[in-house]
Amino acid sequence: MVPLSWYLVLSAILFSLGVFGFLLKRNIITIFMSIELMLNAVNLSFVAFANFWHSHPAKLASGVDVVPLSGHVFVFFVMVVAAAEAAVGLAIIIAVFRTRETLNVDQVNLLKL
Amino acid sequence: MVHQVLFIVFGLICVAGAVNLLVQRHPINSALSLVVVMASLALIYLLLGAEFVAAIQVIVYAGAIMVLFVFVIMLLNAGSEERTRGSRIALFVGVPGVAALAGIVAWLLVHSGGQLGGVTISSSNFGETHNVARLLFRDFLLPFEVTSVLILIAIMGAVVLGRREN
Amino acid sequence: MDTKTFIIVAVIKIALVVFIMLTGVAYTTWLERKLVGRIQNRWGPTRVGPFGLLQPLADGIKFILKEDMIPDNVHKGLFILSPMLALTMSLISIAVIPFGETITVAGYTTALQISGVTHADGLISDINIGLLIILGVTSVGVYGVALAGWSSNSKYSLLGSLRASAQMISYELALGLSLVGILLLSGTLSLRGIVESQSGTWIGFVPRWYIFPQIIGFFIYLLAAFAETNRIPFDLPEAETELVAGYHTEYSSMKFAMFFMAEYVNMFTVACLASLLFFGGWHGPTFSFLPPIAQALLPVLWFALKVFFFIFLYIWIRGTLPRFRYDQLMAFGWKFLLPLAIANIIVTSLIVAWGA
Repeated sequence: MVPLSWYLVLSAILFSLGVFGFLLKRNIITIFMSIELMLNAVNLSFVAFANFWHSHPAKLASGVDVVPLSGHVFVFFVMVVAAAEAAVGLAIIIAVFRTRETLNVDQVNLLKL
Repeated sequence: MVHQVLFIVFGLICVAGAVNLLVQRHPINSALSLVVVMASLALIYLLLGAEFVAAIQVIVYAGAIMVLFVFVIMLLNAGSEERTRGSRIALFVGVPGVAALAGIVAWLLVHSGGQLGGVTISSSNFGETHNVARLLFRDFLLPFEVTSVLILIAIMGAVVLGRREN
Repeated sequence: MDTKTFIIVAVIKIALVVFIMLTGVAYTTWLERKLVGRIQNRWGPTRVGPFGLLQPLADGIKFILKEDMIPDNVHKGLFILSPMLALTMSLISIAVIPFGETITVAGYTTALQISGVTHADGLISDINIGLLIILGVTSVGVYGVALAGWSSNSKYSLLGSLRASAQMISYELALGLSLVGILLLSGTLSLRGIVESQSGTWIGFVPRWYIFPQIIGFFIYLLAAFAETNRIPFDLPEAETELVAGYHTEYSSMKFAMFFMAEYVNMFTVACLASLLFFGGWHGPTFSFLPPIAQALLPVLWFALKVFFFIFLYIWIRGTLPRFRYDQLMAFGWKFLLPLAIANIIVTSLIVAWGA
């Protein structure tokens, strides 16, 4: 039996590594991948808590039962949103690259070329 | 016991992939490390009994979204990133800071972990597809339809933004 | 059975299945050369052994002894990794494919499937998401193709691999959606469960195979699978006359052999899936006068015959049809197969809901 806190610590480590990459890296695609890493860390928390609530059933303050599988459904929605965001974000990156010829975010700092 | 060993192995692979994503300078290596992270996360989801979510993680995330990333990196072919001066200072202050913060959070979580309880590999059909589907298509039907509209908007946006100006 | 026996039995099953499959793949190349040769009114291999039957052995020796060249400016890690990734992903899908019911050898009863477990009361449990695992492995297999072309640092390879991966991810959608009709009828994602829901007959002699209600799904699946495995008529990315050799231009000897084997193992997986999902898997006439071991292996024979039929179909189409142009190929996948698959799902779900 693995304590729930281990899963949360792994999720926290992945999330902080994602924040790290987002703040420190200069290549726009690597920044994007750090965002995906953060979303994956959050998914891990959702799934871990879904399992936890399944083995420790509980009620909310209003008396409604906690639905354990809603964690899995949330992960599904997070993945869909991540897919949509990746598609549009990469299209923007391609459009920016066509005019500025660089993927370095430090050099994309003026609205006019 | 087996559960703990498997979790530690997959967790280490996960963290190693994430660290490799930050350390590598060419974006293609970072992309492939992220694929390794997603695959090991799919294995951890299997440990947590979430079989449908694990399958979707591989099919959608590692098999479609990351392929999109690899395509864009191959198409743009911009090469390795150069070292800039400013980020070195942030590296020397930031890394110990984040490590200290993460260490404090980890210590707190692990020490008060007894009050939280544990997760198990249970033999029940907890994360089975029809259970998730029942929830998705009954209680969460409205968000499901909204996400389909969201995907439609994303498709249109990607097509419009990716077009060449003629 | 206890853990040690379980592991030993599993290792034996894996070794046997992989050996049989790789031998089958090697002789599929022989069959292809013979059949395509006959279709084109020539003999095919005849020199090496009777009827050219030792030709795959000669090819294997040639691949091992050839010089293994790595060109200068390639991205070395990915260049070596891509064929291994392609072959590994192809081989993983054999782990969830069931060949028959159970077999009892020397007192040990085991399911005829690498990932199948026999319980004490005779029930066989399978992986609940077997079909999703095969779809996932197909999705990850795109990486082998995409990275091979990019790491070769050559125009033809990059163009061929971009075309091949775009084709593969486009037809993955039609492939997945064509299988939803079967899932609606069978109600389970486990491959053994799908085969078991095809048991029995209508009107006494027509077997309840899913080819009859899902004939459109079957054709969509077959076309999408042909495109996924990059076979004629969808093999523009690796056509010899078009792009030199596409994404495996720069590969030689063992690495090229790995791509070659990966393509044939993919063909084999598609054939196995088609016979499991649409043709009832291992269901066929059984005879109760046979000894138990033959009774356990007879379904495997029926399964093998169905798989052989699909491989024959693959080779037959290769010898007969010309290939699509790339824009025709993409238009066919997106504008024809995908709407047809969605229409199939709508009609199937209406009929299932009306009948329930």
